[in-house]
Amino acid sequence: MANGFIGTPRKVTAHLTQNEALSFEKSSPGKKAYRLPPLDVPEVDPASLLGEAAREDTGVLPELSEIEIIRHFTRLSTWNYAIDLGMYPLGSCTMKYNPRVNEFVSRLEGIAEAHPYQPESLSQGSLAIIRQLQDCLLEITGMDAITLQPAAGAHGEFTGILLARAYHQSKGNPRKHVLIPDSAHGTNPATAAVCGYEVINIKSNAQGGVDVAALEQLVTEETAVLMLTNPSTIGVFEHQIHKIADILHAKGALLYMDGANMNALCGKTRPGDFGVDVMHLNLHKTFSTPHGGGGPGSGPVACKKILEPFLPVPVVEQDGDGVLHFNYDRPDSVGRVRMFYGNFGMFVRALAYILANGPDGLRQTTEDAVLNANYIRKKLEDLYELPYPTPSMHEVVFSDKRQTKNGIKTGDIAKRLIDYGFHPYTTSFPLIVPGALMIEPTESESREELDLFIDAMRQIAREADENPQLILDAPHSTRVSRLDETTAARKPVLRWKAPAASTPLAPDNSPAKEW
Amino acid sequence: MRYLPKSPAERTEMLRDIGASSIDDLFAIIPEEYRLQRDLDIPRQMGESEIVDHFKAASLKNANGYTSFLGAGVYKHYRPVVIDSLVQRGEFLTSYTPYQAEITQGTLQAIFEFQTMICELTGMDIANASMYDGSTGAAEAVMMAIRITGRDDVLVARTTHPEYREVMHTYAQHQGHTAREVNYGPDGRLDLAALEQSLTGETACILVQSPNFFGIVEDIPAIAGIAHKKGALLIVSIAEAVSLGIVRPPKEADIVSLEAQSFGVALSYGGPYCGVLAAKEKYLRQMPGRLVGETKDTQGRRGFVLTLSTREQHIRREKATSNICTNQALVALMATIFMTVYGKEGIKELALQNLAKAQYAAKTLSGSLNGGGRLLFAETPRFNEFILETGEAPEQLSARLLESKIIAGVALKKWYPELGNATLWCATELTTKDQIDTAASVLANAPVTAAAR
Amino acid sequence: MAYPANYRYTREHEWIEVNGSAGTVGITDYAQNSLGDIVFVESPKVGDKVEKGKVFGSVESVKAVSDLFAPVSGTVTAINEELAGSPEKINTDAHTAWIMKIELSDPSEVDSLLSVEDYEKFIKEETGH
Repeated sequence: MANGFIGTPRKVTAHLTQNEALSFEKSSPGKKAYRLPPLDVPEVDPASLLGEAAREDTGVLPELSEIEIIRHFTRLSTWNYAIDLGMYPLGSCTMKYNPRVNEFVSRLEGIAEAHPYQPESLSQGSLAIIRQLQDCLLEITGMDAITLQPAAGAHGEFTGILLARAYHQSKGNPRKHVLIPDSAHGTNPATAAVCGYEVINIKSNAQGGVDVAALEQLVTEETAVLMLTNPSTIGVFEHQIHKIADILHAKGALLYMDGANMNALCGKTRPGDFGVDVMHLNLHKTFSTPHGGGGPGSGPVACKKILEPFLPVPVVEQDGDGVLHFNYDRPDSVGRVRMFYGNFGMFVRALAYILANGPDGLRQTTEDAVLNANYIRKKLEDLYELPYPTPSMHEVVFSDKRQTKNGIKTGDIAKRLIDYGFHPYTTSFPLIVPGALMIEPTESESREELDLFIDAMRQIAREADENPQLILDAPHSTRVSRLDETTAARKPVLRWKAPAASTPLAPDNSPAKEW
Repeated sequence: MRYLPKSPAERTEMLRDIGASSIDDLFAIIPEEYRLQRDLDIPRQMGESEIVDHFKAASLKNANGYTSFLGAGVYKHYRPVVIDSLVQRGEFLTSYTPYQAEITQGTLQAIFEFQTMICELTGMDIANASMYDGSTGAAEAVMMAIRITGRDDVLVARTTHPEYREVMHTYAQHQGHTAREVNYGPDGRLDLAALEQSLTGETACILVQSPNFFGIVEDIPAIAGIAHKKGALLIVSIAEAVSLGIVRPPKEADIVSLEAQSFGVALSYGGPYCGVLAAKEKYLRQMPGRLVGETKDTQGRRGFVLTLSTREQHIRREKATSNICTNQALVALMATIFMTVYGKEGIKELALQNLAKAQYAAKTLSGSLNGGGRLLFAETPRFNEFILETGEAPEQLSARLLESKIIAGVALKKWYPELGNATLWCATELTTKDQIDTAASVLANAPVTAAAR
Repeated sequence: MAYPANYRYTREHEWIEVNGSAGTVGITDYAQNSLGDIVFVESPKVGDKVEKGKVFGSVESVKAVSDLFAPVSGTVTAINEELAGSPEKINTDAHTAWIMKIELSDPSEVDSLLSVEDYEKFIKEETGH
């Protein structure tokens, strides 16, 4: 085994990263990183103002100086992989470039410092941004009405299903079932359940799409909605989409589209044109707002006219004289799904992205995203199993079938990719592909970066044949190796606790390391 | 297109490698009748300077250079500049959910520090990695209490932020739960007698905000005693996180839902903000949202991972504790840095300044009112907000103050018609004595006709 | 690991050991093996009624949850408290690490369960060998 092939990453070389303890462990009483101005009003006595509600001790918070804080978080940051460092091909996540002008304009004082309750007459700029983004998203989706209130994709799903529920309720029966393909993201069934619906799973057909004959059998007068991701999670466009919509509509059911994969459609086709009744968008995927380590997101919901009366309050309207205002008087509304108007800061960034692209840029973006996915597919399909030969759109899903004969699973290949300088693809999803490798390059990768990725994947395939243990022990180049998730779950440690005062620091008696 | 890293020649070569004759080949699966054959009708591609100008123009149509006394769930505190310089590091900004722990230890350790600090400040045992915001967090806390108790009657204090209550009703009604409101008493606090009467053996929880929407600190130990006697859980929602520096933490609560916007997050016209749920340890398995835990790697080195994910939608699907997927990681990072900058002493000092400013503002502004104006609930402990009752209608008062570039407190009658002309004001450490004195002098000049109403 | 001959089995991979109207229930070695490291067991409460074929709890590994199905109907008389602190006991010895004890409401239901021979045959088919 020792003679087996050992890969040669072209993208990366090892370099040192700094160690950094928890902020609490570096704290020392009396250090400060702030200075408040002197109080210009009379001092108060909290005990007399608050009585028993006054707080004595603020607990264990760190005490550090500013330089230590800068170094602390800068050091932590260097332990992260990021789009700014390279390709981040997480399927279904659309990890595209996050333009810096978006960040700049979202921090302009009149925008960043706007209070949600400041008078509408002093919020015309914010309202105009909301209005313009709404108009753009309606044109892009081909829908009739929209709300920007939902805070994220799953929250958008929740809102969309509530709209559908309210619609059915207005016809006398909220109905019982939501149909969901087995390839769907987990938020879909979770959303249907929190909206009070029973989930009926639909098996995918051999092409990874909806089995239309099976669907026809399943749709009844009690079907509220079909939640469909299009392109599907295996990156395939549902070409029978209109037939699917017709089957649903014939029974009074609605078609919900999970817009997670809108980056494959923008400027090329519009959900509103192919029969979708309601859908959500992920501004943090298609429209370039930063993922920020897991949020914030933003999940606008667009719908057809029949659902418009049920949109969450408030909605933005324009007077005859061009003044914008919020309308709260919407008796049929499903209510609020979030306080205020949504993640406004994300609207600013998404709009800046749309303006930077224009119609030609958005179309070219979609074309490049699809081009990149197909390029990867072409260059890897001889080494990795392609479970669905259907044409790919913006992402390609392989399986680890050929590698498992050497004991290598998708999660292992993913860990080895780290050694080659890439963030792994999405592993083990969608569930319909056992051992899935779900790769979404996005439009943001140059051919050079794609070639490096392809080279890494090809080297790993060779390693799987010649030196599988190397992959099973990966990653080799990171600060920490594979972490014990089992113990983390069995005996959860979810916060730092100060060691008992009497415990002295253990001296480090370990032998000197060889470099 | 400046964001796209390909030359036309490269595109052509890549297509050739794929074996496609044109890009349209790759879209052939879309039925022809649905292919968009025209340009989208959106603004043309803009240069970067044009984009900046576009948003500058918009920002100038918002309030600029105004003194604001607005609070009501969103608080303007000073944001130390290190926060923004750190969160703009690409390694934080452009990273994703830390599923691959080996290359996301930075985000994971920061969240672990966040969870710890939230536990310390709220007096709870565990905290999650954040929720969308305080309103949805409170609604999720209610759903959590329903799961824990197996009961489905919900009580909510009427002194909880009206928009939080609306969100909670939206969540509850569609899951077949009833949510009843409990009124406040003459001191502006939750009416404990009414609470006792409303509680039944079927009540899952009572949701209370403290400091409440009026800025008043609720009597949490008393409310907890009443709720627990009937086996109901107490959920405390905190909208003004800075209050935790000086106000006793709600230790008696079962679940705390905090909005951490006050910790270094821009107002940004309502979001993004940062909700977070904290709870007693025994409710861990019913907690929605992501959790980061400490563990060791194969060499025994400390590291952090997302843990207990079997609660979540990507595994449990329709049986998950919630459909929540994203959190507010970057905003939680802002809050983490804020808490680190102020630290143990600073958070107290900051809260004390807020208390002093609000005390001065309440006295000065109420003292300037003529024609029957007064400070409402004057004797009840409060943090940095207070209610003024005026003879003058809020619209008129607001219009007069705007002429002096001052934004008045929020009119309350929309949500509390019984409070008539009452307005809710806020003063933070950023509100100066001069601003308060100026506002007082404008208020003192109320037209006699208005005062007579 | 050998499957005890005196146990009866389900197609959902639970085992039950019956003594008169008293039953002890756990999951099989096959089940623990396919789940991997078990991190949590969600047990019913003493006094709960369980119904044959219906969910009475779940076992969790790091990345999967598996529902537990009652082999027969009855009332829970005891749960294995030890599993709360040490769920890994199921991994080390699935056939002694019981999850609950029940008082059977209809002992004749046991007849419909798989014998050890039937179960061993069943899992061979499941794994496709």
